[in-house]
Amino acid sequence: MAGTETAHTDEPSPAGEDLAGLEAGLDALDTRTTTRPPLGRMLRRKVLPPLIAVLLVLALWQGAFALELKPDYQLPSPLMVWDALAEEWYKGTILGVIWQSVSRGALGFLVALAFGTPLGLLVARVRPVRAAIGPILSGLQSLPSVAWVPAAIIWFGLTDATIYAVVLLGAVPSIANGLVAGVDRIDPLHLRAGTVLGATGLRGIRHVLLPAALPGYVSGLKQGWAFSWRSLMAAELIATSPELGSGLGRLLDTGRSYQDMPLVLGAILLILLVGIGIELLLFAPVERRVLRHRGLLH
Amino acid sequence: MTAPAATDPSTAAAAAATEETTRTSESTAPAARLSHVSKSFGPPGARQHVLDDITLDVAPGEFVTLLGASGCGKSTLLNLVAGLDSPTGGSVHVPGGRPALMFQEHALFPWLTAGRNIELALKLRGVPKAERRPRAEELLELVRLQGAHRKRVHELSGGMRQRVALARALAQDSRLLLMDEPFAALDAITRDVLHEELSRVWSGTGLSVLFVTHNVREAVRLAQRVVLLSSRPGRIARQWEIAIPQPRRIEDGDVAALSAEITEQLRGEIRRHGRH
Repeated sequence: MAGTETAHTDEPSPAGEDLAGLEAGLDALDTRTTTRPPLGRMLRRKVLPPLIAVLLVLALWQGAFALELKPDYQLPSPLMVWDALAEEWYKGTILGVIWQSVSRGALGFLVALAFGTPLGLLVARVRPVRAAIGPILSGLQSLPSVAWVPAAIIWFGLTDATIYAVVLLGAVPSIANGLVAGVDRIDPLHLRAGTVLGATGLRGIRHVLLPAALPGYVSGLKQGWAFSWRSLMAAELIATSPELGSGLGRLLDTGRSYQDMPLVLGAILLILLVGIGIELLLFAPVERRVLRHRGLLH
Repeated sequence: MTAPAATDPSTAAAAAATEETTRTSESTAPAARLSHVSKSFGPPGARQHVLDDITLDVAPGEFVTLLGASGCGKSTLLNLVAGLDSPTGGSVHVPGGRPALMFQEHALFPWLTAGRNIELALKLRGVPKAERRPRAEELLELVRLQGAHRKRVHELSGGMRQRVALARALAQDSRLLLMDEPFAALDAITRDVLHEELSRVWSGTGLSVLFVTHNVREAVRLAQRVVLLSSRPGRIARQWEIAIPQPRRIEDGDVAALSAEITEQLRGEIRRHGRH
């Protein structure tokens, strides 16, 4: 055997090239390539089934109408609902009504985001805070936010503040809880790796904690939006006053007060469509992107 | 305990006789110095002594493997050196600042691409933005993954992930690299290739490496010095200086012979625990 001193020399180049070749071979054999399925098949698999379901529901509805299970004023046909919506459209007010609600929902959601995010971080990372308000926060999620409407009216009267208070009370807990769940699901190894790399304190939150918690956070945001929208409709439906302008909830209430079933169903459909539309156009792509980048989507 | 910090002159003076300039102190100070380190966990009364009286120096540029059966506290020891945990007794001193650490799992951040993982390590140690991208490319090239910059972590094979993890650890530009069974989860062929890769990178960089494993052949294949730990509590049972010249291969006769000797010793250590 040679002495204890080991010479630090580069390996002879043939061996080095051999290793490079071997490595390249292993890499090629082991690499998984992820390809996205063609658009046509995606459409057939993702869009066709819900379309068929909707058509089926419409057919059943039309059938029930044709059999006259209920009088017209209680069960209008799909076409009558369509006409009611068309009438609102020709009045030229419907877009304003939708915009009123959507802008309120969006603003309420953004404010809820600004409150819910630090709150969630605090609950997730500070043990006493979690022990104190963690259970309350998750308990609040099961409280229907419509329950806050009377209290908010007493506090703020029939003003925009009432509506935003209800939206916030509905959305903040679910955004915060989503973030807590996201932080809880972080692989501890990533936190250790972050510490080793020098990501501590605020830099740790910015570069490791938040991105690692992103999947849970995004699903919390999605749920937060759903809660915002629901709370908003509850608030608009109950707190009606000329100063509050006319949102979709108000439209629904107008339909109820005139016993106008086509308008009521039309308003319900619009509320549903806006909720689904924002989820599909805004949150679903973000969530898919986050999951795909991490290899969590197939 | 001395926190891993900048060169501590008093300890360095204890190691070397004198030091005129920082340069000589840097070349003579060990990359890591553990003096009478002990570590126990649990409440008083039910304390578990995991490490006991570990005294160990890792010289600059030295490759040391820590070998032991389960329960010898080798990962605990690595955590102490990494500064992720502090010892119950004794002192851990790492003059070169925060050491780099590679885990058994790649621990790459799945929300970043391979290249961005390396760039984040560079950013966290204060490398200016303009230099990060080219430096990351260099490091990827060093582990022969040129062109993998934009690859997502889940698109890489196990061996490629560990190579990116190695590149990320090297991006910390630390003088000491800690490795916690980094190849244990890989298949034999890939592990063999990564041994060659690590030997090549190590001889090219002059890094000090403290490598933890339970695989005797791996220890002998890679190291200049093998430190065998006993279990419960972990103590240094014996050390071997390995004189077999590099490049070595895991199937070399010399490697096999020494591995057999060390394995015998390791088995002896394990048998002791069956007697009571």
